[in-house]
Amino acid sequence: MENLIALLIAAPLLGAAVLLCGGRRLDKAGHWLGTLFAAASFGIGVALFTDMLGRAADDRTLSQKLYTWIPVEGFQADVAFQLDQLSMTFVLLISGVGTLIHVYSIGYMEHDERRRRFFGYLNLFLAAMLLLVLADNYLLLYVGWEGVGLASYLLIGFWQHKSSAATAAKKAFLVNRVGDMGLSIAIMLLFTTFGTFAFGPVFASVGNATEGKLTAIALMLLLAACGKSAQVPLQSWLGDAMEGPTPVSALIHAATMVTAGVYLIVRSAAVFNGAPDAQLVVTVVGAVTLLFGAIVGCAKDDIKKALAGSTMSQIGYMILAAGLGPIGYVFAIMHLVTHGFFKAGLFLGAGSVMHGMNDEVDMRKYGALRKFMPVTFVTFGLGYLAIIGFPGLSGFFSKDMIIEAAFAKGGTQGWILGGVTLLGAGITAFYMTRVMLLTFFGEKRWQPDAAGHEPHPHESPKSMTVPMVILAFGSVFAGAFFEIGERFLKWLEPVTGYEHGNSPVSAMAVTASTMVVLVVGVGIAWSMYGRRPVPVLAPRGSLLTRAARRDLFQDDFNHVVLVRGGEHLTRSLVYVDHSLVDGVVNGTAASVGGLSGRLRKLQNGYARSYAVSMFGGTAILIAATLLMRAV
Amino acid sequence: MSTIAAAATVTSTGEAVQFWVLGTVAVIGALSTILMKKAVHSALSLAGTMIILAVFYLANGAYFLGVVQVIVYTGAIMMLFLFVVMLVGVTAADSLKETLKGQRWMALLCALGFGTLLIAGIAHARLNHFNGLGRINSGGHVEGLATLIFTKYVFAFEITGALLITAAVGAMVLTHRERTERAATQRELAERRVREGVQLPPLPAPGVYARHNAVDVAGLLPDGTPSELTVSKTLRARGQIRDVSSQALSDLKALEQASAERLGREEASQ
Amino acid sequence: MNPVNYLYLAALLFTIGASGVLIRKNAIVLFMCVELMLNACNLAFVAFSRMHGNLDGQIIAFFTMVVAAAEVVVGLAIIVSLFRTRHSASVDDASLMKL
Repeated sequence: MENLIALLIAAPLLGAAVLLCGGRRLDKAGHWLGTLFAAASFGIGVALFTDMLGRAADDRTLSQKLYTWIPVEGFQADVAFQLDQLSMTFVLLISGVGTLIHVYSIGYMEHDERRRRFFGYLNLFLAAMLLLVLADNYLLLYVGWEGVGLASYLLIGFWQHKSSAATAAKKAFLVNRVGDMGLSIAIMLLFTTFGTFAFGPVFASVGNATEGKLTAIALMLLLAACGKSAQVPLQSWLGDAMEGPTPVSALIHAATMVTAGVYLIVRSAAVFNGAPDAQLVVTVVGAVTLLFGAIVGCAKDDIKKALAGSTMSQIGYMILAAGLGPIGYVFAIMHLVTHGFFKAGLFLGAGSVMHGMNDEVDMRKYGALRKFMPVTFVTFGLGYLAIIGFPGLSGFFSKDMIIEAAFAKGGTQGWILGGVTLLGAGITAFYMTRVMLLTFFGEKRWQPDAAGHEPHPHESPKSMTVPMVILAFGSVFAGAFFEIGERFLKWLEPVTGYEHGNSPVSAMAVTASTMVVLVVGVGIAWSMYGRRPVPVLAPRGSLLTRAARRDLFQDDFNHVVLVRGGEHLTRSLVYVDHSLVDGVVNGTAASVGGLSGRLRKLQNGYARSYAVSMFGGTAILIAATLLMRAV
Repeated sequence: MSTIAAAATVTSTGEAVQFWVLGTVAVIGALSTILMKKAVHSALSLAGTMIILAVFYLANGAYFLGVVQVIVYTGAIMMLFLFVVMLVGVTAADSLKETLKGQRWMALLCALGFGTLLIAGIAHARLNHFNGLGRINSGGHVEGLATLIFTKYVFAFEITGALLITAAVGAMVLTHRERTERAATQRELAERRVREGVQLPPLPAPGVYARHNAVDVAGLLPDGTPSELTVSKTLRARGQIRDVSSQALSDLKALEQASAERLGREEASQ
Repeated sequence: MNPVNYLYLAALLFTIGASGVLIRKNAIVLFMCVELMLNACNLAFVAFSRMHGNLDGQIIAFFTMVVAAAEVVVGLAIIVSLFRTRHSASVDDASLMKL
């Protein structure tokens, strides 16, 4: 059975190779091929999953070693895979949601002449992400990590004719590099500390390392996670990444890419457990991002950017949960899976809306679309209910668990974190309700597009609605399915460990207060956007709104601190380089050149002249010998 | 054998006289080697020096080497030199004018310093006693040499064999000129001459000038003009053609002078 | 007579040969001067052989002769081919190896 693991990755990788190398003759069948390869991967994943269910809980880890990648004495890097419950969860999420997005893209990208290439990139994205979650050592994980970065770059910049898309792709790539640097440093630290990269030996010998070293490693891993998962301070690329086609956004936000950071932290649980200070930083990063994303999401009029803010915020929940330690790991992953369902559904729904509205993204120019797009409305609505945590739906269970776990952290920390998560839940309810109301309710505020075409909203084709329906099912039932009988907890516990924290507030109280903030959030949104007509042009808004529209000055901050600072640094370095380094080098060169010009005169080409030099040299040698003997 | 041994250990008065006389000649020969204008003279001086060195070898008990010196150096190598000198042009005299600035002064300075240092070094070494070759040569001189060559120095000996082969091959490669086309036969040459019709009969003989062998003098055509065709191309290339256009005038001058001398003498005798 | 005189003579001849190499332009004469230097060395070797009472010096002189013979053969061949191409045996004319 373990021999199938490599096939999980091989299928989409082969798909990418075939599609990208196949040339134009595959243009007609490319999308079907790509979908087929993704589905094949999902099929293998399901087969492995059923096999895994058939075995005892402590016997569920499979491993497969393909070959030794770098066979050097004292530096062994294997291409080896490890499939345990955690990886399995990701495999199913990635390949499952990924396949649905493939199907959706068939319809969405129908009129794009570079569709084959798009599917090739999608397959590459899946392959890289699967490699990331299946690797059994950090070095191979790093390969997948970089592969994800590459695929995201290609996909975000897919419409490269738009300069904004090209810039966004570059921005995502560059910001991710900062995180990648963290990961590479972490890997080097791991190697110097433990002498190996493999997960098993590293986690087994965590106890031998000092806490300082573990903290350093954990912080570097956190930096990496911040890059990929768009956490503060490396969050700025996520909003711009919306320049990519909508299926890409769905893929990045739901199944791949941003989940990689959460995976990395949960996978390295052993390291983080040994570094409480780093864990505290993780929770702080999670909490800050949670509020940051939520606030940004409230102010955006671009439907995709609002959803992007929401993703940032939800990933913040997961990171926060992962930072809580064993009480939170399971819930981080659980929220990740449920979020995968409803966020994919929401993005696909947003894509469907844009598809019907001439690619208009401004929600202020939507309105009253529920009558024209019933399927999209229902599926989007279910996703909406799930994300705000409507009782009984997925988000309700997973988010509730995280809030509970945050309170269970204990002490002042617990109260603060619990408060932040509760506040986040309220803001989530607000901005998601706002998206819902602006898009589907109210009056028509449609505007002709730049070419003067009036929008004619219509329901999207089957290839797009079917995945949305399936994802809506997931959004509704996944949470309950996981929660009943604590199935998910029992499933993941052998890998991540679990301890039940002592919450100062009872579960009932948490649920009740969540309901309260939810209702308050929805109520405020209703009073602002439901009861009165929405202006097509955005009002000036309060200071906070304006700040949030500018992504809370994230780009301005980066510009002032990093870009300007970098420019000044470079300028001074250039100055030093010109005056000092070049001065020395050029001076040396000039003096050598001048000296050579004079020495060249000696080199007159006459053999006899050289003979005189030789003869004189011999005479001097003899003199020296005699002198030495005389002394 | 005992006399040989004695000669090798003791420096007799006879040897001293021989050294001083022949040594002086050797130095003079060496100096004329480097100072003679013509390469042939240099070569002959050098040959003389080498013969004297052969005598010195004999005096030092190196009988085999002395003979080899005469045969190999004076006999073979110097003849090779002479051969090449002839090939290149025996009469082409070197101009001893120095073209490189300061070269001669530098050379002189270096030579003086070097020689002084060398001689000072030898003097410093205090080599006063000679062991002589008596004991070594007791088993026969040539046999002693042969024993060393074929035992202690056998590898060097073999390698010199390889060196000689390489040198021979190298000399052939360097001087060999690849013929790119078939050499024309005599018949073809004759046919070509007829076809071209420039010079059908054999080339005319060089001019005969009564005073000496005149291969280098152009022959005169019936109208009295000298013909370039009569002199060998090689001589022309070397610039060794004698110009006889002014010969008649100088001859007249010489005749007048001779007669003037005779007349003068006659006047004196009168 | 002190047999060391042979060494003085050898040194003198060597120096004369060396200065010849330096002041003559004709490649053939130049070569002769080199031969003169080699011969001077040989004389020194022979004198040393007598001085130390063994034959090794003579063997070396013998080898020197062989090597000199080989050298002359190749050297003269070079001079001949040089003369063929340049119509001159002057070493100063072959001065292309300069900037």
